[in-house]
Amino acid sequence: MGKTIAENILSNHCGLDVRAGDIAICDVDFCFGQDGTSSIIIDSFKKLGVNKVFDKEKFRMVIDHSAPSPNIGVSEIHKKMREFARDFDLGLYDIGCGVCHQIIPQHGHVTCGDLVLGADSHTCTYGAINVFSTGVGSTDLAITLACGKNWFRVPETIKVIVKGRLPAGVYSKDIILRIIKDIGANGATYKSIEFYGEAISALSVDARLTISNMAVEMGAKAGLMEADNNVLKWVAGRSKREPRPVRAGLGARYAAVKQYDISNLSPQVAKPHTVDNVSNVEELVSTKIDQAYLGTCTNGRLEDMEIAAKILKRNKVHPDVKFVIAPASREIFIEASKKGLIDIFIESGCVVVGPGCGPCVGTHNGVLADEEVAISTANRNFKGRMGNPNSFIYLASPATVAASAIKGKIADPREYRKRL
Amino acid sequence: MRKEEHFARRLKVQDNINTDYVISGRYKFRIQDPKELSKHIFEDIDPEFASRVKKGDILVAGENFGCGSSREQAPQALKIAGFHAVVAKSFARIFYRNAFNLGMMLIESDTSFIDDGDTVEIDIDRGRLRDISKGLSFEIKPIPSVMKKLLEDGGVIEHFKKYGGFKFDE
Repeated sequence: MGKTIAENILSNHCGLDVRAGDIAICDVDFCFGQDGTSSIIIDSFKKLGVNKVFDKEKFRMVIDHSAPSPNIGVSEIHKKMREFARDFDLGLYDIGCGVCHQIIPQHGHVTCGDLVLGADSHTCTYGAINVFSTGVGSTDLAITLACGKNWFRVPETIKVIVKGRLPAGVYSKDIILRIIKDIGANGATYKSIEFYGEAISALSVDARLTISNMAVEMGAKAGLMEADNNVLKWVAGRSKREPRPVRAGLGARYAAVKQYDISNLSPQVAKPHTVDNVSNVEELVSTKIDQAYLGTCTNGRLEDMEIAAKILKRNKVHPDVKFVIAPASREIFIEASKKGLIDIFIESGCVVVGPGCGPCVGTHNGVLADEEVAISTANRNFKGRMGNPNSFIYLASPATVAASAIKGKIADPREYRKRL
Repeated sequence: MRKEEHFARRLKVQDNINTDYVISGRYKFRIQDPKELSKHIFEDIDPEFASRVKKGDILVAGENFGCGSSREQAPQALKIAGFHAVVAKSFARIFYRNAFNLGMMLIESDTSFIDDGDTVEIDIDRGRLRDISKGLSFEIKPIPSVMKKLLEDGGVIEHFKKYGGFKFDE
């Protein structure tokens, strides 16, 4: 009987034929930590009493969550990371490089068929390029840093099939919000999700990363897709390692199969304070906003910048709205600049900040005041997420966020469909 | 042997308590001292909560406790705040691993009838959770053997040091 993608990748990495429910001790191809988690990685690693990392090429640290540092406490953590990198001769992406989930695939650290651990919950992002990647805590990461392995409970898998053709003004973010609305914040806990269907195949690799990124918002361990030619081309241009694409076998067992037809999908918006609290944009168009944010590991990629720029061109951000934009990496920032997108943003009244996670995690670069309302392209709208528990966060696509920033209230991007 | 009485502490929010709520990014990104962090647990959803926690209490919650961010500061802060264990209907997976890695016990059980301030007894050997204040008893979902092993060894760091790697019986 065939195996799911998760069962196949975990089997390939433990040398045994493992199935859902089994415990497997696996070799890990790549692992990393960011500045919110690396301090404890370093502490735990030192407690293990080993004096070297398992493979210097298979580990990176990324300073992205508060970059550059907004206060002394964070500065001390950044210093600790830089010293650890220096002492052990390890690779570090310092401030300005970008958001970990953008730069790790972009710099070719991961490829199809890999098993990857990150000390960050959105590590599931690389599922879109056929990588079993999942978030763990700092001590789990430290163990892998020491020995190159970790233990896994092989997950059951939910198969999600997305049919139809996306209407103008509707994007992969809307697809994943629609799926999360249905499956719920708890609906895929401990499980892997496999995404299939013509609507997925029609998406660019960038747009697919948005979908896998949010698998964890349903509790999933991974959000996997097959590697088609687009993916193979994408990784070939970035990773030096040979891709090992993994498919599900014939007769693979699924815990559930879900089908969606997105041909008539409206732009979707997640309302405060949970990601599965999703409505069609039409139901929210009078909601006044104070801030808009374009960026993050969910939607800070070049095509997200392009979509927003099309809507913002020759338009002005509403005078009551602060629109903060953070490209997800230095390379995206440079490309956006070369294409004239940054000029469009600045001329329309946006504030473009350096690549990083800041506003999404409430560390700096746009902390909300009491009662303020934000619309963001991020993946979480928990109370307090953007730094103030007395504020309100709506999540939507780059198009919906850009349209809303112009109107000063939540707006339907299909109004700008001729530009898109 | 392992039969202990504890006070139950319960938040107004029941389900989907995420790790941002356990310890806000406002603190975890800049404070490294776990003791200092533990003073701020649940501040965004119940600012008075942290001051009511006593050593040996158990935290009681509903579905999907610990969802969201992978921050290990969440179980660490709960442990340092004095919680002996967390009892919930279900847990999110990263938090689940993190807690056992730190040697903190998580128990899956029906928690619908347990109120804040109830006296609760955990009987791991018999797989029962008793609400002594109410005279009710609930079945505990068996703790997976890997997690039991990590608990016995005092967390994953001690386990790793003891065996020089992973050593599970399965």
